[in-house]
Amino acid sequence: MSAHTTDMPPKQRFKISKRYLPYVLSLPALLVCIGILIPFFTAVAYSLQRYRLSQPWARQYNWGENYLNFMTDPAFWNTLQVSLTYAFLTVGIELLLGLGIALLLQKRTRFNNFVSIMLLMPLMTAPALASLMWKLMTNPGFGVLSYWATLIGIDDMRWASDPSTAMLTVVLVDVWVYTPFIMILLLAGLRSLPRQPFEAAELDGVPRLFVFWKITLPMLTPFLLTAVLFRVIESIQQFDIIYAMTQGGPGDKLTVFQVEAYLNFFQSTNVGRSAALLMILWVITYILSTIFIKNWLRLRERARGEA
Amino acid sequence: MQSVSTLERVLRGTALSLVIFFFMFPIFWIFLMSFQTNETILRVPPSMVFEPTLTNYRSLISGTLEGSTATLEIRFMGNLYNSLFLSVTSVTVGLLLGVPAAYAFAKLKFRGSEDIAFTLLSFRFAPPLLVLLPLTIYFQKIGLADTYVGLIWVYQLIVLPLILWIVRGYFEDIPSDIEYAHRIAGHGFWSTFTKIALPLAGPGIAAAGLLAFIFAWNNFIFALVLASADKQPVTVGALAFITASGINYGQIAAGIMLSIAPTFALALYAQRYLVEGLSLGAVKG
Repeated sequence: MSAHTTDMPPKQRFKISKRYLPYVLSLPALLVCIGILIPFFTAVAYSLQRYRLSQPWARQYNWGENYLNFMTDPAFWNTLQVSLTYAFLTVGIELLLGLGIALLLQKRTRFNNFVSIMLLMPLMTAPALASLMWKLMTNPGFGVLSYWATLIGIDDMRWASDPSTAMLTVVLVDVWVYTPFIMILLLAGLRSLPRQPFEAAELDGVPRLFVFWKITLPMLTPFLLTAVLFRVIESIQQFDIIYAMTQGGPGDKLTVFQVEAYLNFFQSTNVGRSAALLMILWVITYILSTIFIKNWLRLRERARGEA
Repeated sequence: MQSVSTLERVLRGTALSLVIFFFMFPIFWIFLMSFQTNETILRVPPSMVFEPTLTNYRSLISGTLEGSTATLEIRFMGNLYNSLFLSVTSVTVGLLLGVPAAYAFAKLKFRGSEDIAFTLLSFRFAPPLLVLLPLTIYFQKIGLADTYVGLIWVYQLIVLPLILWIVRGYFEDIPSDIEYAHRIAGHGFWSTFTKIALPLAGPGIAAAGLLAFIFAWNNFIFALVLASADKQPVTVGALAFITASGINYGQIAAGIMLSIAPTFALALYAQRYLVEGLSLGAVKG
């Protein structure tokens, strides 16, 4: 392009490139956008079809039937309940723990910075591998955690293979992996707060608990909201940890949305039901992510304005 | 700061020790396990006293697994290579495509730019299976199933939005005056981009690249759905490895250590970029 534009006066050259340049530069991103949208709309179509890989001849549009069937399908309500429980438990625990750790490490000392970097290690671990690590530690035969359980009087702790403790086990792995994420976000938030209100409160001798509830927490709210929304979006679609640990079992104890959809597609080859499940999950995450992105952009604007 | 009482110091110390213990112990324990034979692993009660051995790592690297009944061929190093290859190529492709696009989104506002950026970002949060399942069917039709090219393409789904959004924020922070000054001095667009914009956004590009690499390395679901055994990265390979090796727990532990070592090393080496990238450029504290 530059070869035949060199003869033109500079001003003209600037104009031409200005008109087409953005499109040339963002073309790949556009293509990826299309590359995502095509499978997405295909999935929408699948969700409106009676479509089983094992019976391709019976494939036809049944419109809303897959969705209507969910109303009376106990497996669907189980999936919804398990997913919400998982998201609620993981994000709740991670938020409290992450906030606590961030408050402990708030002061910028060498030691605190070192600890916060060290605590990032679980977050660097692939969730699927984290599950394997915990699997080795919770093995009923030789796992160190199973041994510790016997020390406090629980002789028959079977962790992920026991229906009553399966949820607890995967939540534990999730908390181990993702608490550092919330911690690091809140730590950055805490350290970016203006100092004046805290100094004023200290001069007046305001009790620390009061300062925390009335100053720290309200000022930290945008960061808390960002962290929580981000984690809820990810947690409600958790797949890696659960699949690597139990593949959704025992029974249907841990068949969260994506695990159930995966099993539907590859085991029962029911593409229609699988796609419909994913569509419902998509609607949930889409609403949450729209709120998240808006909130996050506002936070970024503010951070930029203050900088 | 208010005066800190001894009691508070003790409480803080205890809390912090518990936190460090909870988050570090699993890594420490698996690390120890990777230097043990089955005999010492299976001891009850578990103990930290043992004679360290390198056999687990040696058999992983040589690719032969001495089982109790037979010798087994394993391709763990192949998985490790796949992880490295897939992550490095995806991030390189992602940066080549994403950085110029991020610049366009940040500096040359054009019609539809916000919509494209928003669509990309909102699909970053969409369930990956929603896109993956139809893609498996498409990929089989167009011959991309179980190829590196197909996988690298799919990896762009996570790599590209990440790079786009982080780098875009950094480009937006560059005052346009600097760029105008360079252009008025008679330099073209390309020169402005490479000599002014790129160096100034350098830290952002590094942060985005680092984070994208970690996300790609740790990804599990893409390869689980789309790759067969010889294309699988360690995350998927390790799972298959557990079933194949049966009861060679020491080797499983060694495999896990080898698989998490690269991201750990990167994180330690580039911690500043990591923290910046993780907060998504949202907070600059």
